[in-house]
Amino acid sequence: MIEVTDVHKTFFVPHKVKALVGVSTRIAAGEVVVVIGPSGSGKSTFLRCLNHLEAADSGHILIDGIDILDRKTNINKVRAEVGMVFQSFNLFPHKTVLENITLAQKVVRKRSTAAALEKADYLLKKVGIHDKANAYPDNLSGGQQQRVAIARALAMDPKVMLFDEPTSALDPEMIGEVLDVMKTLAQEGMTMVVVTHEMGFAREVADRVIFMDEGAIVEVGTPEHFFKNPTHDRTKLFLSQIL
Amino acid sequence: MDFLAKLEELRYRSAYFLWVGVFFIGVIAIIGTLYYATAKIDYVWHWYDVPKYFINQARIDITADIEGVVESVTGKGRDAVVIVKGDDGSESYPMNKAEEIWVNKGDLVSPGKTLGIYHKWQPGILLQGMWLTLKVSMYAIVFGILIGMLGGIARISKNPALKWSAITYVEIVRGSPLLVQIFIWYFVLATLVNQLLMRYGFSEIDALYYGVAALATFTGAYVTEIVRAGIQSIHRGQTEAARSLGMTGPQAMLYIILPQAMRRILPPLAGQFISLIKDSSLLGMIAIRELTKATREAITISLSPYEFWFTCAILYLVLTFTLSMVVQYMERKMAIQ
Repeated sequence: MIEVTDVHKTFFVPHKVKALVGVSTRIAAGEVVVVIGPSGSGKSTFLRCLNHLEAADSGHILIDGIDILDRKTNINKVRAEVGMVFQSFNLFPHKTVLENITLAQKVVRKRSTAAALEKADYLLKKVGIHDKANAYPDNLSGGQQQRVAIARALAMDPKVMLFDEPTSALDPEMIGEVLDVMKTLAQEGMTMVVVTHEMGFAREVADRVIFMDEGAIVEVGTPEHFFKNPTHDRTKLFLSQIL
Repeated sequence: MDFLAKLEELRYRSAYFLWVGVFFIGVIAIIGTLYYATAKIDYVWHWYDVPKYFINQARIDITADIEGVVESVTGKGRDAVVIVKGDDGSESYPMNKAEEIWVNKGDLVSPGKTLGIYHKWQPGILLQGMWLTLKVSMYAIVFGILIGMLGGIARISKNPALKWSAITYVEIVRGSPLLVQIFIWYFVLATLVNQLLMRYGFSEIDALYYGVAALATFTGAYVTEIVRAGIQSIHRGQTEAARSLGMTGPQAMLYIILPQAMRRILPPLAGQFISLIKDSSLLGMIAIRELTKATREAITISLSPYEFWFTCAILYLVLTFTLSMVVQYMERKMAIQ
């Protein structure tokens, strides 16, 4: 589903930082991959490169066989197939929950209003905030907002879902409700790439864990391997700090 | 306990009314001072002169078109008809509006001779000028918004041709006097355009529209900067969220960024348009009789400068205050819940 080959990315603003140095990996359809690593390790940049919110400098990124670094690729088409959930939710504050979920369906997928509403209805029930359909995002709690954001991304019927630290901006008591939705998604066979600090989620849900540091993938393995006997010293150090 | 709470409430409210009182005393003091100052000037006030420049009765003459003799004056009052017999036949003139008929049977008339007169209410020069100021300002605001929207988007574009054009436009227009710009529009561009139009058999464009163009491009430069600031004030995450859903750049701009930016743009935009209404007074320089020029003409006729300048100021205040209220209403309507 996703094939990443030798991807490099350097930021020059505000100062020169090598964010990614030769990242390669493959993510199969239906796989749930959790990316962990210390802050500044390039895990968010890696995720953002996957739907071209950041343009990688070199290498190849194939999403469902389409090279998104190829200039001829219509990136908007690819992005419609790749859902993304942000740390800060990024709901559209001038639109109601329902409008947040239906807008892109209508504009990008060209669905009829009725079809878009039906889809939104189904997804709001799924993420458990059906009663807030006509509320504005500012009137929702963080956990509710993030669940709307997940519903908004799912409304496009994506083949892959990217999660960029979806629970980091939440109050502790709201983390559970968001993780529950993500677990359900994983059980339903959604291909997911999740950048997170929630080790419990990684252990329980991930098929594979990727540990990144200083812009490179240091270690890859099953959660079992990872949390019981990690091989690299840096992984050990990181896990000892975080667990 | 209850009593104490009431006392506290009373104290709070009486303090509030005290300061309301202070405000009104201040206003009255300023008006009083102004009145006292004007009374000190060696000047004879003719306020009664002013109303007729708002609305007045004009005498309308009903005139003959041909040379001849009045053959008959039939009917009375509203039903009166004057028939003039000329060499090539006779013509009849209905006097249905006439208040007075000035001819009798057998009178000789020539073309232009007044047969009867009536009076009609018509807007005075000040009202006409105010209407023109309003019209010019509204046109300029509409086009200014269009220019500013496009300019603002161009200003943040990555394309250097667009971006640098927008910057050049803003810096030149914002940095040079409006009066000079109006002259350039009217004496240079208008001459060129009208000559070209004449050559290809079209009619000339009225000075008014060059005036509108000058004001619109001038305001557009300010609006460009306001729009740019408004767009840039929207968090980057909004664009990213929209783009991550597969929206194109223009779609994200149209559905997500601009609607949010509009709310923040509105207050500075209102200030800009209030300036524009007052700036339109410069159009008098190219013979457009807007409110200020109308005031100057009224003064020339009446020889009462003070009355008319005060009136002029109040009329501008009426226009700008109305605009302020409209924008405040829009702001409230657009506010999120």
